[in-house]
Amino acid sequence: MTGLFGLSEPMAALAAVLIPLFGGGLVLALGKRPNRREAATLGTSGLLFLVVLSLLGPVLDGARPRLVLAEPLPGLPIYLEVEPLGLLFALVASSLWIVTSLYSIGYMRGHHEKNQTRFYLFFAVAISAAMGVAFSGNLFTLFFFYEALTLCTFPLVTHHQTEAARKAGRVYLGILLSTSIAFQLLAIIWTYSLAGTVEFRPGGILAGTGASGTVAAILLALYVFGIGKAAVMPFHRWLPAAMVAPTPVSALLHAVAVVKAGVFSVLKVCVYTFGWEFITDTGASDLVIWAAAATIILASLVAFTKDNLKARLAYSTISQLSYIVLGALLANEWGILGGGMHIAMHAFGKITLFFGAGAIMVAAHKTEISQMKGLGRTMPITFGAFFVGALSIIGVPPAGGAWSKWFLGLGTLEAGQVGLLAVLMVSSLLTLVYLLEIPVKAFFLSPEGGKGSTGIKEAPLTSLIALTLTALASIILFLQPKILYDLMSLVVGS
Amino acid sequence: MINHLPILQVIVPLMAAPVAALVRKRGVAWFITVLATWASLAIAVLLLLDVRDGGTIRYALGGWAAPWGIEYRVDTVSAYVLVIVAGIGAIVTPYALLSVRREIGVKQAPLFYSALLLCLCGLLGITITGDVFNLFVFLEISSISAYALIAMGPDRRALHAAYKYLIMGSIGATFIVIGIGMMYMMTGTLNMADLARLLPSVGGRTVTVAFAFLAVGISLKLALFPLHQWLPDAYAYAPSTVTAFLASTATKVAFYVLLRVVFSVFGVVFAFETMSLHWALLPLAIVAVLFASLTAVYQGNVKRLLAYSSVAQIGYMILGVSLATVTGLTAGLLHLFNHAVIKGALFLAMGAVMYRVGSVRIEAMQGLAKRMPWTMAAFVAGGFSLIGVPLTVGFVSKWYLVLGAIENDMWLVAFFVLVGSLLAVAYIWKVAEAAYFKDYIGDLDVREAPLGLLVPMWALVVANFYFGVDANLTVGVARQAAELLLGVGP
Amino acid sequence: MRILGLYNYWIFIFLMMVGFYILISRRNLVKKILGLNIFQTSVFIFYISMGKITGGTPPILVEGSEEVIYSNPLPHVLILTAIVVGVSTTAVALALVVRIKEAYGTIEGDEISAMDNQIPF
Repeated sequence: MTGLFGLSEPMAALAAVLIPLFGGGLVLALGKRPNRREAATLGTSGLLFLVVLSLLGPVLDGARPRLVLAEPLPGLPIYLEVEPLGLLFALVASSLWIVTSLYSIGYMRGHHEKNQTRFYLFFAVAISAAMGVAFSGNLFTLFFFYEALTLCTFPLVTHHQTEAARKAGRVYLGILLSTSIAFQLLAIIWTYSLAGTVEFRPGGILAGTGASGTVAAILLALYVFGIGKAAVMPFHRWLPAAMVAPTPVSALLHAVAVVKAGVFSVLKVCVYTFGWEFITDTGASDLVIWAAAATIILASLVAFTKDNLKARLAYSTISQLSYIVLGALLANEWGILGGGMHIAMHAFGKITLFFGAGAIMVAAHKTEISQMKGLGRTMPITFGAFFVGALSIIGVPPAGGAWSKWFLGLGTLEAGQVGLLAVLMVSSLLTLVYLLEIPVKAFFLSPEGGKGSTGIKEAPLTSLIALTLTALASIILFLQPKILYDLMSLVVGS
Repeated sequence: MINHLPILQVIVPLMAAPVAALVRKRGVAWFITVLATWASLAIAVLLLLDVRDGGTIRYALGGWAAPWGIEYRVDTVSAYVLVIVAGIGAIVTPYALLSVRREIGVKQAPLFYSALLLCLCGLLGITITGDVFNLFVFLEISSISAYALIAMGPDRRALHAAYKYLIMGSIGATFIVIGIGMMYMMTGTLNMADLARLLPSVGGRTVTVAFAFLAVGISLKLALFPLHQWLPDAYAYAPSTVTAFLASTATKVAFYVLLRVVFSVFGVVFAFETMSLHWALLPLAIVAVLFASLTAVYQGNVKRLLAYSSVAQIGYMILGVSLATVTGLTAGLLHLFNHAVIKGALFLAMGAVMYRVGSVRIEAMQGLAKRMPWTMAAFVAGGFSLIGVPLTVGFVSKWYLVLGAIENDMWLVAFFVLVGSLLAVAYIWKVAEAAYFKDYIGDLDVREAPLGLLVPMWALVVANFYFGVDANLTVGVARQAAELLLGVGP
Repeated sequence: MRILGLYNYWIFIFLMMVGFYILISRRNLVKKILGLNIFQTSVFIFYISMGKITGGTPPILVEGSEEVIYSNPLPHVLILTAIVVGVSTTAVALALVVRIKEAYGTIEGDEISAMDNQIPF
């Protein structure tokens, strides 16, 4: 059976990894001609999305295309395998790449950023690594692409090459590399030593290896903290630090690829390495789940204190990521279903918020929330979209986030953890206040310094298109969550 | 001819050395050296193939059968090390032409090549011999020529470094002779296989003392922490070619000697059960990894930084040995090869910087990536491998080392190995950040290194990735060698 | 008496310690080499005395006297090699000291180290 462009399904998975790389090469070759360069980026992103989409049908029908790339160590191959959870992540990342590219063009030009070719190049490479993470067939492959993603986003984080950017880059690289090498790699080798394999298998590979409850608990903690991209406290500092980067990079980090790769990895480890029944049987997540719960609350509280819009959004992300980690650690159908769906819901919601923040910065040159009073009247589209995005993050209809939060709540009840349900509730309230404060101030308060014309106009057109699209997507995901639901059902049903 | 391969392995560089010294023409001497090293590599590869097919090769020197005569003995372990040593020699010598022209006087160049060949001859001899006293002689051939080579460094501090190395090295060698003498006193033989047969039945305090003298002496040559003080200066001030060559071969061969003495002569039971060697080696190895890596972070001279990193890497190898399991020993042997490839590439990159810039201090490397993109890219690629990024050889050794530690239920050890990797990130990062994220401030006429330097450098970089993507060959050989040493398996 | 009977080993240990002490305590580069030589000489004595057999003659076989006990010649031969190695080491070391004297103008280890530390490489 062949799919799009006559590609067989395993080759389509490989193509998903290679297309962005190829796009990166094209960007490099066309570096001197900005218009064609941007056309190349948009073209590749569209192509990538089509290729990933072509895998949806077969995977829903039960196909699990697999392609071995290399076998560096005996018994330890690098291979791609498409399964529903990975496909969900790939769909989110590839579709958001299109809008982010669209947005970047407006932002980077509007902001007169330097080194734009390098920016688009590494952006494409990062997407390639994210596709690799999504389609990893075993922990080893996952680890490889995970590290590749860390390294190729580094030039993006330090894009401005100032001393502040360098410092942030050190924190970024330092935390992500140290957690992954010291904890995650240790956990992977430990898993290999226990199970004799590191492949992702429905139902997990650890059950029946004689791993005791204590070993399973330590191992799970090593994974949760070792996957630093999931930003579970105390390994969250890299995310606010990376705020020095241009806004499209923040969008990439927070919504498209990086943090999503983190929580996706946590979900994947819980579902396919441990197997959720094994987690419940051994009680492996009893303690570490409270680290996620604490992160949810603490990050929300910190977000409150931030006046800088991007910093507030960063802490909001940290909090929302732990929702997904919590869902994974609940280790029941509803928790995993909610966690998986929240990957998509949060992605579309948060990218809207970041696009909004970037648009405000480009058009009005404002970064602090307290300066945004009354800005909604001059930038209605931006703040309207911002409002929708915020609704989705909070988890109220008519935005997609409502579904995932609902399922996560069901998950806590199923697990009999009323305390955790309370955590979710409290955090949602906190989120409601700190996110809605922004559009409310913008729409209902009058601007400081009288009503005189400030010369502020709406953001560049491509940016507006991008953030309108993502806001619409958040609403559509509320009305039509079926694809996500179906994919996640396959994950928990298997 | 084919039957005499073991002796040719040593004779070829030995005979080439005086010829190189006598021709007095720089170019000709270089050409002879290249020929001799490539011939050595060819012989080593043939020997490895032979051994993998037909088992251990025994060669009686001059027809005098062991245990009276000197016996050369090639098994998987020694053939593996021979290929590594000869291979590094074959890659480094083409590089030497330009580098030596820049760093060493015209008159001394032929003598330099002569000493390089003698050093290679000594290292190959140590590896191939089956006689402990012969081993000592070759050890001193390689050491004395190494002192001379280091002293030829462009800076006057090279002289002092070579002197310090000479004193420490001679103490180590004398300790080894004492150990050998005591073993001979108790058994009346110098042949390794014979010793292995006789020693268990003799026992007693003299054997214990002999073991202790040998262990300390070899540790000095090996630069095992805390006997490593000679190494950083020697590597930092030696000519670039010599640093690359010695860093990839000399300590590796000393490590091989340790394996031979511990596993083939005294045996696992004596070394690990009677003497509890692992409880001496394990803490030292961990301290070496942590302390030397930490010291490396604070170095301003990149060659010195890499030298401290070498001390840490030796710690990794010793760690593998102290686990005394097949996986652990496989990891140690793998790292022997992998580290040779990694450090070779890194030091060759530094040699190219030295060639163009004339300094290897971090300040001199600011913004250098724009001027010498290929060289700095090679450094970063080698650095990735040193850190242990997946798909590089460094990852392969780390994987087996951690696996070995976990199999022994040594969680903390596994953790420390990974912490060592993190420190490697820190010191490699320091250099990479200076090269890529600072503005260039040096001379305007600095440009990319010539091809004569780039090609050998990149050959090693490619090897880093090739054997990282497909490690089946190295892992297979290393495991076979480990099983041989431990006396288990087929 | 048993302890005194092994006097050759006591000499060996004494010389070894003397040499070793000079080696670590002196800062003058030539004196260090002297210490190294004494240190190595002790090992030569150790080897040579090891081959001695009580009542043994020199190892020369004469027709008709195959029953004669003779000293073990092998350690002597071995140590001849070790002496050659020691001599070459000393030669290289002295050559180095000459070059150090030319380059630094002194052969005192402390002064050289102080000069080394003045300038970063």
